[in-house]
Amino acid sequence: METSMEFQSKKKHHHHPLSPHSSSNPFDILTEEIVCKILDHLHDDPSAIKSFSLSCKSFYSIESRHRLTLRPLRAELLPRTFHRYPFISHLDLSLCPRVDDPTLNVISSTWKATLRSINLSRSRFFTNAGLSSLFVNCSGLVEVDLSNATQLTDLAASAIAEAKNLERLSLARCKLITDMGIGCIAVGCRKLKSLCLKWCLRVGDLGVELIALKCKQIRSLDLSYLPITEKCLDSVLQLQHLEDLVLEGCHGIDDDGLSTLEQSCKSLKMINLSNCQNVTHTGLSSLINGTEQLQQIILAYGSSVTSDLAKCLHTYSKLQSIKLDGCIITWSGIKAMACLRAPIKELSFSKCLGLTDDGLSFLVQSHKDLRKLDITCCRKITYTSIDSITSSCTSLISLRMESCSLVSKEAFVLIGERCSFLEELDATDNEIDDEGLKSVSRCSKLSILKLGICPNISDVGLAKVGSCCSQLKELDLYRATAVSDSGIAAIANGCPALEMINIAYNDKITDKSLMSLSKCWMLKALEIRGCLGVSSIGLSAIAVGCKQLTVLDVKKCFNVNDSGMLPLAQFSQNLKQINLSYCSVTDVGLVALASLSRLQNMTILHLAGLTPNGLAAALLACRALTKVKLHASFRPLLSQSILGYIEAHGCIFHWRDKAFQKEMDPKGWKLHFGKSGSEVP
Amino acid sequence: MLSDNRIKAPVQDGVVNQLVQASKVQDWDPSAMLDNLSFLEQKIHQLQDLVHLIIGRKGQVLGRPDELVVQQQQLVTADLTSIIVQLISTAGSLLPSGKHTLPAATPSLEQSGQFGGVVFPSAQGPLNDGFQPQNAGGSKVSGLPNSVDISRKNGNEQNHIIEEHELKDEEDVEEGESLIPGTYEILQLEKEEILAPHTHFCTICGKGFKRDANLRMHMRGHGDEYKTPGALAKPNKESGSEPTIIKRYSCPYTGCKRNKDHKKFQPLKTILCVKNHYKRTHCDKSYICSRCNTKKFSVIADLKTHEKHCGKDKWLCSCGTTFSRKDKLFGHIALFQGHTPAIPLEEAKAPAGPSDQGDGNQSTNKVGSMNFNFSSNVSSESEVQSSTDIKGSIDDPAGYFSPLSFDTCNFGGFHEFPRPPFDDSESSLAFLLSGSCNYPQKSED
Repeated sequence: METSMEFQSKKKHHHHPLSPHSSSNPFDILTEEIVCKILDHLHDDPSAIKSFSLSCKSFYSIESRHRLTLRPLRAELLPRTFHRYPFISHLDLSLCPRVDDPTLNVISSTWKATLRSINLSRSRFFTNAGLSSLFVNCSGLVEVDLSNATQLTDLAASAIAEAKNLERLSLARCKLITDMGIGCIAVGCRKLKSLCLKWCLRVGDLGVELIALKCKQIRSLDLSYLPITEKCLDSVLQLQHLEDLVLEGCHGIDDDGLSTLEQSCKSLKMINLSNCQNVTHTGLSSLINGTEQLQQIILAYGSSVTSDLAKCLHTYSKLQSIKLDGCIITWSGIKAMACLRAPIKELSFSKCLGLTDDGLSFLVQSHKDLRKLDITCCRKITYTSIDSITSSCTSLISLRMESCSLVSKEAFVLIGERCSFLEELDATDNEIDDEGLKSVSRCSKLSILKLGICPNISDVGLAKVGSCCSQLKELDLYRATAVSDSGIAAIANGCPALEMINIAYNDKITDKSLMSLSKCWMLKALEIRGCLGVSSIGLSAIAVGCKQLTVLDVKKCFNVNDSGMLPLAQFSQNLKQINLSYCSVTDVGLVALASLSRLQNMTILHLAGLTPNGLAAALLACRALTKVKLHASFRPLLSQSILGYIEAHGCIFHWRDKAFQKEMDPKGWKLHFGKSGSEVP
Repeated sequence: MLSDNRIKAPVQDGVVNQLVQASKVQDWDPSAMLDNLSFLEQKIHQLQDLVHLIIGRKGQVLGRPDELVVQQQQLVTADLTSIIVQLISTAGSLLPSGKHTLPAATPSLEQSGQFGGVVFPSAQGPLNDGFQPQNAGGSKVSGLPNSVDISRKNGNEQNHIIEEHELKDEEDVEEGESLIPGTYEILQLEKEEILAPHTHFCTICGKGFKRDANLRMHMRGHGDEYKTPGALAKPNKESGSEPTIIKRYSCPYTGCKRNKDHKKFQPLKTILCVKNHYKRTHCDKSYICSRCNTKKFSVIADLKTHEKHCGKDKWLCSCGTTFSRKDKLFGHIALFQGHTPAIPLEEAKAPAGPSDQGDGNQSTNKVGSMNFNFSSNVSSESEVQSSTDIKGSIDDPAGYFSPLSFDTCNFGGFHEFPRPPFDDSESSLAFLLSGSCNYPQKSED
């Protein structure tokens, strides 16, 4: 889906080898239906659809008529699409920072009959007037994402209420909307099935209660961080179809209130009570009383996990997933959890400081079906736990154990030997060494491997991963300082599906690594911060080879200069985000980059060769920018009218006043290696 | 305060009223007449709709069909009566002398009591969506059969609930009291006394005085025990603990339910109750809220209470009803299908639509000949209308001209007249019904 549309002038230069009139056209024998089927299979590769539609006039028109989904790069380009794509039903405007009322007016009159879904979560500048015309015209709208529309008021909510067929609505962070607006939506949008009101801080019990009373079809309700109390919950729990209920950070909900609840929701499948410090086991049990279908329960950062709490969960035979991140866990609580008769598939104990070897070992022995386990930062865990986990839960798919600092290197050998179905392993900030890594490479389905701040792994281990884990998509080698070019080369050769790699702060890495990575044509994100051995030559190779590159971070690569920017500007048409801080890039390179039509996000602090004029030129040329991080010293040097103009296009400036850091390792990473893994620059 | 001619006519208010109007409207105004006629036309159309509806529903009547038929008849009759009233009064503008005959049929007390029962269901009728909530919002009117009960209550009760908080007073509190007739003494003050700005009242006869000394002088007339120097000096201590007879008060207004001659007489508890009742029910509402310029009151305390909340009634429903509390609005919306919170529009849009409505309202106001006071509804209705105006869209325009929406039009002309005290809606129409209609509902009691 990513960047499925592109509006470049290149097609003008394209030649049409097959004239529609020539009888030799082999595609003439294909019916339009078949061609459409072929087209449906091209969705994996966005450029394929483009090539397809450019191949001949008939394909062009078939593609035009067949396309239902549109994700335009910029709102200014929309008018060109109105005629070309008459049947758009899903419009994703998340790449368009500026969508104003006239734009919405045209959209709503053009795709009046076809539009079913629209995403405005990243767009600004529209008001209730535009929304009103959208909802009045496009009566078929089923899904609307208005998250982050902090400018919208209750008037907009009353415009939304016109969408009588709306089923999914997100209003996350619409902070100005009050109960009154929600009341309008409740009355107008009776078919709502999914509603997100997260951070709608002015919505309280009355609004939520009315939603629950009027919208009986609701399946999913996100009420996170709302100032609500138990008053609205009685009505919410009466919803016959409610499956997901998120009450994260609802501090107004407490045990006393919950004890007054008279309703129980039989259909509930997921409940999230994260950050509800005032809810203990008594409140929880009254809330989920009678919810026989319960599958997932999230109590992160809540009250401590005692035996009472665990006993609350005993009756739920369909329970699959329990998340207790950041909770204080007692031994009795663990014991009671071990007695759950439901076959738990997912457990999360991230930052549960009380979790011990005894507890975890006892627990995993009775839940052998476990697929996902998160024990991030459980610092009391040792080899013993890993031994129990790997011997009990052999079908483990995901193991996240960042900063389990007491776990010895031998433990990782066990992981590879026993959990061969592993797809995700987070061993960041651990003692894992090449022996462990070799063992882990037996997991041939491994897709995500995080080895950040693992100083003990080297090219030997990576070579084994490269030869065995061909499905690897994500590899994190942040500050894995023993790794060098040959290790990266092995990965690049063996993992063609690689989409994301981080080799930051490694001075052994040179342009050779980048040249080998340029073979990974699926690569989307490359982070090589502080790799002093990398220069524009390597970067050029990446630009040429990795056409999908979307995110690039070359901060503090001092040897990257303008000559690295020119190939990026030419080839990396998909680049959305770049960090060039501290690079040797000047006005020339930056202005060249500005030709990238998708570039949205730039961080350009401390570019030695950047002048205010060059910066202004680059900013003006870069039409898709949404966020630019700049040094505060530039602020008075740029003309206010230019800044105003760019901001009016939807760009937000972040002015930073950071001092120039001369040292590569100002925080003494080399000294405290592996001891304080939480800090990530 | 009241004018002279009102005081001179304590009983025959109706007649005086008619006469006053007759004299005022002798110079015939054709444009007013046209307004009247078009208004009547609308009424007839609505009645037609209602009858259509009744015909349509005939097939699906369940339960107690007889009662329903009776009620439907009453509904239609009530509307027809209203139309006749209008028609006659319109004609009356040409033939002023003809009016004298109208009030000849003095309102019978029973009928005035019943009339509420007849009127009310029509206000609940299907054509009247726009105003339904106000009736049902607070009082527990669930359906037609209840209407008789409601009619027994004080006239104010069946007005709009919006006023509820303003009119709560002793007067309303005593609904539940059931003293056996004869066990208490009934006192009736003359209206001059009621309306006098007195603060000291005789505990025996209820007469009021400006000064306590005068009261004490008055007390001498009630017997020798009040003539002692002690009694005359200072009323520090209650003289005796003699078995006091319970005293209840009667409203001097004939035909009022609070009048001792009324068949379902409900006495008033204290003199203060009498004063407030009389002013609210039978007097001009001469105190206008300076903030909203819409709400009118006859008791200054009511105005004060209102002014405390005026402007705070910001919780507005799409039906035009305003609430001082958000939870009340949401309770209202939860109850009624199709009602939705009304979000105030920006200034630019606000006056666009409703200005026509307002003008229309104004033009009806000028119809002098239709000077029928349909009770204190007037003030609350005009509030409702004005608040709907703010919203700018009216869900159900028919609501404005509902089967009994004479009262929704503010026949505001009468404030220019020295208006005689007039009864509430019950008896003001009852005098017309007395001769022609015989309601079977009577038997229910």
